[in-house]
Amino acid sequence: MSFLDLKNVTKIYPNGTKAVHETSLSIDEGEFMVFVGPSGCGKSTLLRMVAGLEDITEGDINLDGKLMNEVDPSERDVAMVFQNYALYPHMNVYNNLAYGLKNRGIDKETIEQKVNDAAKLLQISDYLQRKPSMLSGGQRQRVAMGRAIVRNPKIFLFDEPLSNLDAKLRIQMRLEIKKLQQKVGVTSIFVTHDQVEAMTLADRLAVINNGIIEQLGTPIEIYDNPKSLFVAGFIGSPQMNFLDGNLKNKTLSAEGFEIKDINSDFEGEVTLGIRPEHLSQSENALISLKVELVEQLGSDNLVYGQLKNKKDFCYRCPGNQTIEKGSNLSLNIENNKYYIFDKSTGKRVN
Amino acid sequence: MKIKPLQIIAHIILILGVLLMVVPIWISFASSSHDSVTILTEGMKFHIGDQLARNYNEVLNEKGGWSEEVTAAKMFINSFIMALGIATLKVVISAMSAYALVYYRFKLAVPIFWLIFITLLVPLEVRIFPSYKIVSDLGLTNSYTGLILPLVASATATFFFRQFYKTIPDELLESAKLDGANGWSFFIDFLVPLSKTMIAAMFIFMFVYGYSQYLWPLIMTTAEEYWTVVMGMKIIYTESYEGVALPRTAERFAYIILSMIPPVLVVVFLQKWFIKGLIQTEK
Repeated sequence: MSFLDLKNVTKIYPNGTKAVHETSLSIDEGEFMVFVGPSGCGKSTLLRMVAGLEDITEGDINLDGKLMNEVDPSERDVAMVFQNYALYPHMNVYNNLAYGLKNRGIDKETIEQKVNDAAKLLQISDYLQRKPSMLSGGQRQRVAMGRAIVRNPKIFLFDEPLSNLDAKLRIQMRLEIKKLQQKVGVTSIFVTHDQVEAMTLADRLAVINNGIIEQLGTPIEIYDNPKSLFVAGFIGSPQMNFLDGNLKNKTLSAEGFEIKDINSDFEGEVTLGIRPEHLSQSENALISLKVELVEQLGSDNLVYGQLKNKKDFCYRCPGNQTIEKGSNLSLNIENNKYYIFDKSTGKRVN
Repeated sequence: MKIKPLQIIAHIILILGVLLMVVPIWISFASSSHDSVTILTEGMKFHIGDQLARNYNEVLNEKGGWSEEVTAAKMFINSFIMALGIATLKVVISAMSAYALVYYRFKLAVPIFWLIFITLLVPLEVRIFPSYKIVSDLGLTNSYTGLILPLVASATATFFFRQFYKTIPDELLESAKLDGANGWSFFIDFLVPLSKTMIAAMFIFMFVYGYSQYLWPLIMTTAEEYWTVVMGMKIIYTESYEGVALPRTAERFAYIILSMIPPVLVVVFLQKWFIKGLIQTEK
């Protein structure tokens, strides 16, 4: 049995909504697990069930070898960072950090020691006497993490903690969270809808959709080898291009081009997925793209345009290439990096 | 700085308002410092007279009533105890019942809330006989408990606390739970400090409400040692008319001025918190 074990966990709300379907998942000690998915997919519900803030309708949750189903949240020894931080507005930072320790009956000197250590680690020592209302967004974020760290819990739970920060701060805090987790080495679950956050933070990633884990794996596994249409579309930015096609006798005929010798026996309607970064320009290539818009990011250019059949398409090329609006590009798929999905089930077939 | 005509008008209105509030009090105070004969012959006074100390001393310490034992000082103490008891218990009970209604989502929470709310339609004056019957059966007539207890439930305060608690984000409760807070400590460590301005405001209202009670203490108390200030006001107004004695107008004014002091003190003392809470949103 691993450190945190979810077995056939199901959540049905009193109004009949099924938020989580028979989900099973194991997380090892010290692992950084990220739940990623669109809003309403059940990722937060799953996290809150681990925290004990939601009842488990069916299934078991085991933490460190103990069944947690009926254990009160205060007894679970888990710490959570909330989206809006949920700092205690009437307490100063010191007391925000110390409150959980006081409730556990730890003596004053130990509390002071622990709070000061956590504050130093998070560089909030100068603000200990301030109220949360006098702190900036990033500082509040740190206090919220401090409150989690100071208790030295078995597991950290993060519920979209970065979504209230501006873009620059978000990237900075993302890095800090990752560093901190590596330093402290506490098992963590991080919930986000942002796939970049998910990719950068995760040791392992669970892509969740409609209450089901669609795919579980390291970020690179999931990026390189998406098992379903949903995962392929969700992970990667800009999004993967999808084209309709037909697969017959190992030959894929998409709109305007064909790919032969496909490693699949599937026959029928399919969706072809190609990542914008897996394309390159060459003479007389498969795909012909009429450029409508170029986004210059500096390091890269994102080229948006239409195929012959008016289908929107995106191509990512190095930033040093000049691409004229209105020109026609001829694109090849690099190293056969394309993905074919069964159109009816969304399952990967190649 | 240029003064606009609109500002002048606004200030005139404000000054008129202030005068309307202050002048009657000042007249009462000034009149309380004269001799009763002067007031009876010359009317009310605007300036301070020379009988201030004598009048106040007399009002506070003269023994009155049928038993000739109760003094105004005693009545002030009674009123203060009654108002303090009512205000404190009202705030405590309302805050706690609102907490139960908002955070413990038991099945009947909503009907129970409306039941509490409906009691607004049945003030003490309407249910005074049943209330008296209960208190008298419990043997609580002529006691502070009897004066306070029937007035401690408050639908208004429960409603205000409920509305306030509903604005507190759920995450705060969840976060506190994960930090090991139980139901009781969440109330004490979070809701009470967060609603302290609310508590101050409610305390002010309820103190004044308790202090100005008239009918209930009148019915409840037969022993003079439980008389309250407001009852005394009635007595001091009606006593000794039939005899040859002159109405003691100056002492009445002194009594009125004194009777205003406790509620004013409560307001002045709690106002600091009250205003602090209004300008500092901590949620």
